[in-house]
This record gives sequence, structure tokens and C-alpha cells, in this order.
Amino acid sequence: MKVLVAMSGGVDSSVAAARLVADGHEVVGATLKLWGGSSDSGCCSVADVDDARRAAQQLAIAHYVFDMTEAFDDSVVGPYVAAHAAARTPNPCIECNRHIKFDRLLDRAVRLGFDALATGHHARVLRGAGGRPHQLRRGADPDKDQSYVLSMLGQRQLARVVLPIGGMTKAAVRAEAAALGLRTASKPDSQDVCFIRSDEGRARFLGGRLALHRASVVDSTSGDDLGSVEALELVTVGQRRGFAPGPDGRRRYVASVDPVARRVMVGTAEQVATLAVELDPGSLSWTDAPLRDGAPVIAQLSAHGRPATATFWWGDGRPRVHFGTPTRPVAPGQTVALYDASDPDSVLGSGIAA
Amino acid sequence: MAPFAAVTFANASGSHAAARAARRAVEEARELVASLLGAAPSEVVFTSGGTESDNLAVLGTLAERARHGTPLAIACSSIQHAAVLEPARAASRGLAQVHGIGALRVDEVAVSTAGVIDLDALEDALGDDTALVSVMHANNEVGTLQPLAEVARRVRARAPRAALHTDAVQAAKYIDLATTTAGFDLVSISAHKLGGPKGAGALVVRAPSLLAPLQHGGGQEHERRSGTHDVAGIVGLATALAVAAKTAGDERVRVAELRDRLADGLLAAVPGTVESAPRDEVLPSHCHLRFAGVDQEELLVLLDRGGVYASAGSSCASGALEPSHVLLAMGVAPAEARTAVRFSLGYTTVPGEIDLAVRVVADAVGALRG
Repeated sequence: MKVLVAMSGGVDSSVAAARLVADGHEVVGATLKLWGGSSDSGCCSVADVDDARRAAQQLAIAHYVFDMTEAFDDSVVGPYVAAHAAARTPNPCIECNRHIKFDRLLDRAVRLGFDALATGHHARVLRGAGGRPHQLRRGADPDKDQSYVLSMLGQRQLARVVLPIGGMTKAAVRAEAAALGLRTASKPDSQDVCFIRSDEGRARFLGGRLALHRASVVDSTSGDDLGSVEALELVTVGQRRGFAPGPDGRRRYVASVDPVARRVMVGTAEQVATLAVELDPGSLSWTDAPLRDGAPVIAQLSAHGRPATATFWWGDGRPRVHFGTPTRPVAPGQTVALYDASDPDSVLGSGIAA
Repeated sequence: MAPFAAVTFANASGSHAAARAARRAVEEARELVASLLGAAPSEVVFTSGGTESDNLAVLGTLAERARHGTPLAIACSSIQHAAVLEPARAASRGLAQVHGIGALRVDEVAVSTAGVIDLDALEDALGDDTALVSVMHANNEVGTLQPLAEVARRVRARAPRAALHTDAVQAAKYIDLATTTAGFDLVSISAHKLGGPKGAGALVVRAPSLLAPLQHGGGQEHERRSGTHDVAGIVGLATALAVAAKTAGDERVRVAELRDRLADGLLAAVPGTVESAPRDEVLPSHCHLRFAGVDQEELLVLLDRGGVYASAGSSCASGALEPSHVLLAMGVAPAEARTAVRFSLGYTTVPGEIDLAVRVVADAVGALRG
């Protein structure tokens, strides 16, 4: 098989490429230049491209750098900033996977004559035999599982996506990289948003791109004024950090953010807990077929969030996920990944909280 | 050059017999280079290549002028190589203060759609404060030759105090620089564009007072460029330049024929192909084409896999392609600039390769257009 492997310069994609080579495939590496600004790690810096190129050299495969900065700006960074301006909590990794890696790059791979696109994600694709659908499943390492950020893939992508290290633990990946003498063997895992420098931080990044507004903090039950926050655009529903306990001494969590009234409503854990989340109908995607009304599912609300039993309802154009037990509120803009209740490693689809 | 790389290990600045042998090789090379460039031996400064030569010309001149405390300006064509544009821009941002270069105005002069400097616009950019005018001999991407004689005439008339620099890195293989650059104060060349080794170059500096050194140390090259001589590289540079001079007449004709065969072949085989610059105004080695609707990054991958090694624009530090500043300056829209590919021909190119390239390119463009 001719495989284009997306190499970020990290250990996972380096080993993914190595495994494909070892399996006898015709492998070519590609690193995406995604961000024109300054960035210290992730998919963007020159040092990461050098690491990817060096791994490709050691594996004796061709390697190219593709400039997708404009598309990244249009479909990842721009929407990220716009979402924060609207007091939503976006997931740029998912949007990058949706619009860049598994759309533009996948299309490019096909145009260039490759049979498949491989990445170093910790998740697995189970090939559907005999006309059965391809399945997306959790990675073997529960701490590193990345099925959540791939939960928007459909059959079109899954048919051509290969995830060579999905069956390995991170420790095994690192051990293999070390055995192969790859520079990336002991490289730290990437953290946070790749286009925001860690010494800059989210507040300064966003502060340079949109107007930040002070907002009042109000107790959702008593209506008491609990002070203010400096930037409502940086507040996430469900957040506790940065909010003082109420007069009763109990911790306060963000229940909702109103960008128009410039008000942040907070409450105790019990008060803000929710039994349901509504999904934007346009954001729904399915790894195979749409779920039936009332389908039992397992919902995961963040990249490494704890899976929760739930039920999916179509709700007359306002699709909802109902949780079995009260759960922390889901911030608008967050992705809700849905797994099969009877086969909890199997991804069914995902949607974005309305 | 091989004996100097493998056997003669001595430092050309030393005082023993081995050092003298190395120094003799350097000075013979200097005389050879000087005679071929129409310069005196004392005017030839050996460097590590085109980029260093350009940096020394730009920043060295500005540093020298800055000593007199007057405001500085530099005018260059907007299609200069980054080795000229970037030091000028860096200096204008205050990054060359270590060399004494303070406030600096940089005028990047417009070019025509064919990629030739607009002489009237150049004249408009000149003033009493103009310290340096830098106009390349031939553009590195599209290959267009610049009207050096007319540039020199206008600059001498309008800004007599300005130093004149030309980056002749691309042109040196095919053009007798002794004739064309006679009116220029500073001339950059690079060995690897002549078939010589990478990492060796020279800057012609007509007068000792023209520039201040950027690199300080042992005072080699008459205090203009400190650093142990790369004897093998210098001998390689001189030899490559001598071979180029001997063969330029024949090669100009032979390579131009091959380039025409490639361009005509692709224009015929691939619909929607446009030549970026008129052929009679470019070096014989350059064939710069745009293929409508085709992404250059994708085309280069397929060409590479088909054994055709081409390039597009210039690469940034990461190796990603950036839209060519040369094409943008020539008025090409950014999206169209991303359809451009440059094919370079040279002394090793033979007709069979041209025919193979036409086939591979036609197939690749066909595959990408679907």
C-alpha cells in the first residue's frame, strides 16, 4: 500500500511511520506548516519540522513539508478566536483534524496517488470486512486515547485512514522509538493549543485578537453579586478556577456566560450540574449511520474526560444527550463524543454543544 | 581543489612551507577570479558564498557610511534575493546597530510584469541620502536579466555618492561579468552556481574605503573578512569560474536550445501553461512556468517521485514553500503564484532529460487535474 504519513515531529507519528515501513508499505512522510506566528511546539515550529525530517531520513523515506497556514488560519485559528468572542469553548484540535488533516491533507494524499493517510493518533480503525462499516475505536493506552479528537470522522475518511500505533501504549511507542534510535524518543508530549506559545498563554493570545470584556459574577440561585472577572471571553462553562467560594464557603462553578449582558452566573456543584446537553444539529457527524432516537450511548465531554452513560434523543431538530446522572455542565462549543453503550471502545459519532 | 581538501591541511595565514603552499593557491585563485571578473586582485574578497557576499555588500557599505553620521537610505529592486532584502530590512528595523547602522530607509523598487526593474521608479527612489543601490544581474527565480548599464548610468547621475552593488550569482555562469559589471562597485558571486563547491563565493569590492568589515578576527582578506581561508573552496570557485568563462559562449546556445525545447514541449503538452517571463529576457538556464489550477506543492511531489527535480519560489526555514515574492512583485496574484514551478538547466542537462521531464510533468499535471 502507498501511505502518506502525517509527521508532526513527535514520537507517535515517527513510530507510526516506522511501523508502516516495517510492514513493507511504500511510505512517504509529510509535515504540515500550519501556523505562521511564533509557537514553541506542537505541529508548527521549525524544530518540529526538523525532527520529522530527521526521522524520515533515518527511516529512509521521502519527506515533504506542506504549507497549510492559510487554511489553518481560516478554519482553525479564526473560528477559535470567534468562538471565544461569543463566549463559547472551542476545540481547535478537533477542527484541525476535521478541516486540515482529514480533509485537505487526505484529499491531497488521494490526489497524489496514495492509498491511505496515516497519523500517529492513539486510536484504532477496525476495517469493515464484507461491506461492513469501518469502525473507529479507542486507542489501547487508556491514558493516551485520542478517539475523542477523531470522533468527527466518517466512513469516507475511515476508509483511507491508518492509525499504526493505536494498539500500542505510549511506553511501548517510546521504547520502539528509542530502539530505532529516533531523536523523538524522549520528546515531551505536546500540550495545549499548538498555536499558542506557553509563555504567551491564552489570555494574551486572545487579548491581541479580540476585545476582552469585564463581566459581573452573579450567584445563580440568590442573585447575589459576587464581584467580577476581567475577561468573560476567557471563562468556560463548568470552570471553577478563578472563582472564589460563595458566602456559604462552598466552591462555585460557572453555570452560564452571557456575553450580551456581560454576566457570568455561578453556583455550587449541585446547582450547576446538568442532566442534558443540546447539540448543534449541523455539527452532528457519525462514524457510520445516524443514531436512532433513544439510543443508549456513552458520552465523553473532553479529550480525557470521564465517560458517562447517556441516551441520545433527536428531539425534533434539537438533538440532545441525556445523562444517567447529573454531570458538570457542558460548555457551548465543546465537542460531545458518543460511544457505543454495548461496545464502549467503539465511537459512534459526535456533535458540538449548542 | 581536491589536494587542498585532502592533503594541504595548512592554514594559509601561517608562515611555514605548507602554509605558503596554501596561501599561494589562494592568491593564484584570487588572480584568476580577478581577471575573469575584470577586477584587480586586491578587489576580490573571498566569502562563504552568495549570501555572505550580499550581506557584506549591504551591511558593510551601510556600516561604513554610518560612520559619517548622515541619514541612510538603500534602494534595491523588489525582486532581489533574500540575501539582499533581508539584511536591508533587518537593518531598517534597528537590528544592525551593532555595526553602527541606525535609522535606515529601504526603497524596494517596483518591477515590470516581465520582472525587470522600473528605471523611472528607481530614479525616483534615489536621493542625497542613498548609500547603496543593489540591483541583481539576473533574477534567481524567473531568470530575468536586469538593465545594469542603464541602472549604473541613472544612479551615477542622480546619486553620485551611492555605492552600486549587483548580485551576479545567477548570471556568472553565462555572462562575461568583466564587461557587464564594470560600472559596479560591488559584485557578488557564488561557486555552486558555477558548478563549483557549495560554501564558497566572492565579493568584488572596487575600493578599500567602500565597506567596513562585519566579521572581526584575524584580519584576513585585507581586514574585510576575517576567518581562516577555505582553500579548497576558493580553488574550486576559481576553477569553476574559469571553466564557465571558457564554455559560456557554447553553453549559452546549447542550454537555451534545451530550455526552449522544454518550454515549448510543456506549452504544447500541457494546456493552461504560462511562461512567467519573456524568454529573450531571461538566462538560458531558467524555465519558469505556471500551470493553471495546479498546486505547486503537489506538482513538486509528483515530479520528485517521477525523477524530475524542480523547485518553486523559495523555501522558508521549515522547508515549506512560500508564495514567491518575485511573482507577487511582477503582479501575479497569490493564488496563481502557487501554481508556479521553476526548472533549472545546466551543464549536465542533456536532451533525453528534457523529453523525460516533459512526459513526467504532463502526466503529473494530468493526474492532479483529475
